[in-house]
Amino acid sequence: MSARNGAVTIPATNYPVERFTLANGLRVVLAPDRSAPVIGVAVVYDVGIRSEPEGRTGFAHLFEHLMFQGSENLEKLAHFRHIQGSGGTFNGSTHLDYTDYFETLPANALERALFLEADRMRGPRLTEENLRNQVDVVKEEIRVNVLNRPYGGFPWLKLPPVMFDTFPNAHDGYGSFVDLESATVPDAQSFFERFYAAGNAVLSVSGDLDVAGATRLIEQHFSDVPARPAPQRPDFDEPDLTGERRQAYTDRLAPLPAVASAWRVPDPIDDFAAYLPYVVLAEVLTDGDASRLVRRLVQRDRTATSIGGYLGFMGEPFETRNPTAMLLQAHLPPGGDVDKVLRTIDEEAERLATDGLDHGELERTVARMATHLMRDTDAVLGRALRMAVLEQQRGNAALINDLPHLLGEVTDEQIIAAAGTLRPHRRATVEVQVNGGTA
Amino acid sequence: MSKRPLPPLGPNRELTLPPTAERKLANGLTVIALRRPSVPLVELRLRIPFAKAGLAGTALLTQTLFSGTETLSTVDIAAELQSVGGGLGAGADPDRLLISGNSLVDGLPRLLGVLADVLANATYPADEVATERDRLVDRIQVAQSQPAHLARVALLKRVYGTHTYAVQTPAPEDVKEVTPVQLLALHAERMHPDGAILVLVGDIAPDAAIDEVEAALGGWRGVGPHIELPPAPQPSPGPLTLVNRPGSVQSSLRLALPGVPRMHPDHAALQLANLIFGGYFSSRWVENIREDKGYTYGPHSLIEHSVAGTILVVSAEVATEVTGPALLETWYELGRLATLPPRQEELDQARQYALGTLQLGMSTQAGLAGLASTYAGYGLRLEYLAEHAIRLAATTLEEVAAVSARHLAPAKAATVVLGDAERIEAPLAGLSTVERSTPTT
Repeated sequence: MSARNGAVTIPATNYPVERFTLANGLRVVLAPDRSAPVIGVAVVYDVGIRSEPEGRTGFAHLFEHLMFQGSENLEKLAHFRHIQGSGGTFNGSTHLDYTDYFETLPANALERALFLEADRMRGPRLTEENLRNQVDVVKEEIRVNVLNRPYGGFPWLKLPPVMFDTFPNAHDGYGSFVDLESATVPDAQSFFERFYAAGNAVLSVSGDLDVAGATRLIEQHFSDVPARPAPQRPDFDEPDLTGERRQAYTDRLAPLPAVASAWRVPDPIDDFAAYLPYVVLAEVLTDGDASRLVRRLVQRDRTATSIGGYLGFMGEPFETRNPTAMLLQAHLPPGGDVDKVLRTIDEEAERLATDGLDHGELERTVARMATHLMRDTDAVLGRALRMAVLEQQRGNAALINDLPHLLGEVTDEQIIAAAGTLRPHRRATVEVQVNGGTA
Repeated sequence: MSKRPLPPLGPNRELTLPPTAERKLANGLTVIALRRPSVPLVELRLRIPFAKAGLAGTALLTQTLFSGTETLSTVDIAAELQSVGGGLGAGADPDRLLISGNSLVDGLPRLLGVLADVLANATYPADEVATERDRLVDRIQVAQSQPAHLARVALLKRVYGTHTYAVQTPAPEDVKEVTPVQLLALHAERMHPDGAILVLVGDIAPDAAIDEVEAALGGWRGVGPHIELPPAPQPSPGPLTLVNRPGSVQSSLRLALPGVPRMHPDHAALQLANLIFGGYFSSRWVENIREDKGYTYGPHSLIEHSVAGTILVVSAEVATEVTGPALLETWYELGRLATLPPRQEELDQARQYALGTLQLGMSTQAGLAGLASTYAGYGLRLEYLAEHAIRLAATTLEEVAAVSARHLAPAKAATVVLGDAERIEAPLAGLSTVERSTPTT
């Protein structure tokens, strides 16, 4: 067998998308798909880590926990029990630019899920006891994910303060224990009133539903949620870097050095066409054994044991607003040389910008990306979540069907131009050192 | 304000299975193909029995299987697969080697072509093996800095003693010794179609897909020994094993309890008992130590099936200062369920969860592929899930109470705690006899 370069045609999904807005401002997206008797329900609020007030780091995430602690008609624990007792699973998560609440259930539980989401949209039960309990739980979450393990928070919590200067973009989104412990019930009440307005939310349901029936149930359960206007979202933009920024820290639990760099990219929402080439570029550089940086750093030079590239500090290219970045992160072998890795990345970016792509390189990269995109949204919940955020940030839930083709339209020239912007003077870097850097 | 009523559930839907075909090829490979056309993709799982193949060699083989064939380099293989939106990877546990992959559905012939080439002609080139060997050693070293991994290592050693399951991560020194010649020999000895099971799920016609597999993999040859592991021991109670991790800001609690395999008549009842105890969020234990006391973030209790045995593992990472009380509450909830029957509402809620999550697990191509492959490894087919749903629906309170008394009693638990011994040994010693163990690698 010989290696062939011809790529297959990139297929697409064709999920039907229904959109409407209730009188109270709640935007709704429905995506029927009767192929399995399950549904995904997502409610996304347009508030995230970037919106939390100074002195209250970690508050958006703490508040997310409080949304599970009971509401108008639901005692503490009732939400969990009703979802799981319907055969479903649930969660919520806090991101830089949004907070999501979601469940996936057998289709016979649709109305119950709508009831539960509407009830907490009217107002969670914010009590001192629940607040103290969830501060404790969040502290354990931070210990598990950051403090008690190697590479905790690397690079998503460690790189933003190097790259950015303003509080919204630079601060620790998990929060300091001091700030978490200082949180009060009135803080939570005002956070809810300001950000958790119906007009600031999108409800998305995908899966085994009929549009007319689901629409009727949504009106029944959500139309009396009080109308409050969406707050004005500040412009969080910062100027691009004009000189290289670099910091290092010691991770006492990490056995091997690591490094992550970020470069600012165009506005993912307002300048989507200019942004997309970077999404593809990250994969050209790092997706699998045929990608440029894996070949060079991992296979040839052996200066890194792994290298990954992605868009947005939380790795979600289509769920991030401006300002954001393209990231490359590498783990190094014992005694590895971070400077050498950075120099090689510069060299490879320049080589790509100068010599262009190999025959078939772009096509095969995009084909794999299409598989990943469709695989992620094969689950009704993945689909509901992506559509909710696309609707919230772009007013275009149906973009979910177009993403594979849009990636396929990115040209060699655009990749070359994007690679040309990965210059050292625009780069922010954070380095994980072992034993004070003497590894 | 008048209270709004909780809407009722609609009727439960019966579990429906996707259109399926199965054929055993002349070379001994069993092929199972399922049609789920939800997205234009195909998922592939190839399960090859791999018991007692040697930890270090097996681990390195999974990392170098795609490093070259007689005609393709590492980069060629990756590019071939990528060009049809595809990817393949391998992993192993003490029972089997598993190759997993997917691609755009039109790329299935090429996905199978690369797979066939690798199975028949993998060359384990020296340079690539050297690179992957170093990377694997680095990864093991990183794993050894993670508390969850260290706690797992200690628990397996405590539960399984001298059984093969006792050690599941190779020592870095052993990995460093593995040579390309040894990998070729291991491949020749164990990578056989006879006894292997290939699962395809996707936007495919099942019979035609099996024809494609036959065309691509029919020439894969080889037979070897069928190695069966002796039955694994059940956890034995005794002193709590304390593993010191100085400076740890949390303690990792692990308890192992005796389980039953999937075909055992108590399986459904034990699954429900585990849910009621701590197997999902709305369980007694999670509501107690997280939602009431705030000791922990993500406690969980899981039934872990392996071919040679089943155990029930209870896990929580708790703040160092509440290690003693967290263990006490864990024993309390285990003991309460082992000695008092649960309430009917608790059983109904757990049952509905078990039935619903079965539906959810089968609703994606990747989910179906994983289920079909896993169950096939135990000689079961997806029809088993439909039968299991009926058993779950019929399980009674008395059955759950009886199985809880036999399996969840804290006196039957093997307990391991990893944490800062200086701070936690005294409180633990107030609850149990404690034996110190140093972390092993």
